[in-house]
Amino acid sequence: MEMVLDYLSAALLLLGSFFVVVGGIGVLRMPDVFTRMHAAGLTDTMGSFFILTGLMLQTGFDGVTLRLVMILGFLWFTSPVATHALAKAALHGKVEPVVHEDEGGD
Amino acid sequence: MTQRPVARVAGLCLLWYAMWLLMSGHYTNLLLTLGAVSVVGVALLVTRMLLPDREGAPFHIVPGLLFYLPWLVVEVFKSNLAVARVILSPRLPIRPRVVDFQGHQKTDLGRFIYANSITLTPGTITVRLDAEGFRIHALTREALDGTEEGEMDRRVCRLEGAS
Repeated sequence: MEMVLDYLSAALLLLGSFFVVVGGIGVLRMPDVFTRMHAAGLTDTMGSFFILTGLMLQTGFDGVTLRLVMILGFLWFTSPVATHALAKAALHGKVEPVVHEDEGGD
Repeated sequence: MTQRPVARVAGLCLLWYAMWLLMSGHYTNLLLTLGAVSVVGVALLVTRMLLPDREGAPFHIVPGLLFYLPWLVVEVFKSNLAVARVILSPRLPIRPRVVDFQGHQKTDLGRFIYANSITLTPGTITVRLDAEGFRIHALTREALDGTEEGEMDRRVCRLEGAS
């Protein structure tokens, strides 16, 4: 049982790290601030989700587990607010989003 | 279901005290008293700032959230995979665009939940939200389609209406 949990937890941690790394690659590859935010979104949604659930399996399902659940909840509630504030600030600062040519913008 | 402000503050106090007990994990008289004092202090501050209303203490949506949140996690997972595929493909096939559209939510709380759900889903970000509606920045056409299908819109409407 202990072994199964350890392997499952390792798999989740790896999966979470995968999303964090891909999010990082995305931030480097994307052309402007708005598209970079989409890439960063991977890190704070599924990256945090899988890493925190992986850590939950390492606890004895006690108060620590509950605290990890709450950390996950707070992250998921606050990160979109921060992203929105960042996007709004960028627009306010007259940053023009890169738009695909075919679409003719907004 | 109209709750009086007093009932809402009492509900929040219970919630905060439960949180204090769970987070501290020490059940000595001193810490229990300190917790109670803190809760009363916060309650006084909150009622001075605003009387908790349906928006400030939205207990009525909690049952609906139990159904909405698991669905949202699955949606977020799916769009994570889609964005990861875009990032890792050599040609970086992004087609960013900005669109305006209207949601069908009736309350500010509903609009807030909808806007945050859109932003939480990678591939779409709510860049502006006002009386005229939502302005969304989308990474690809597919990411936008997921939002415009209106599934999320419908579910948030049901959530805010489920009082």
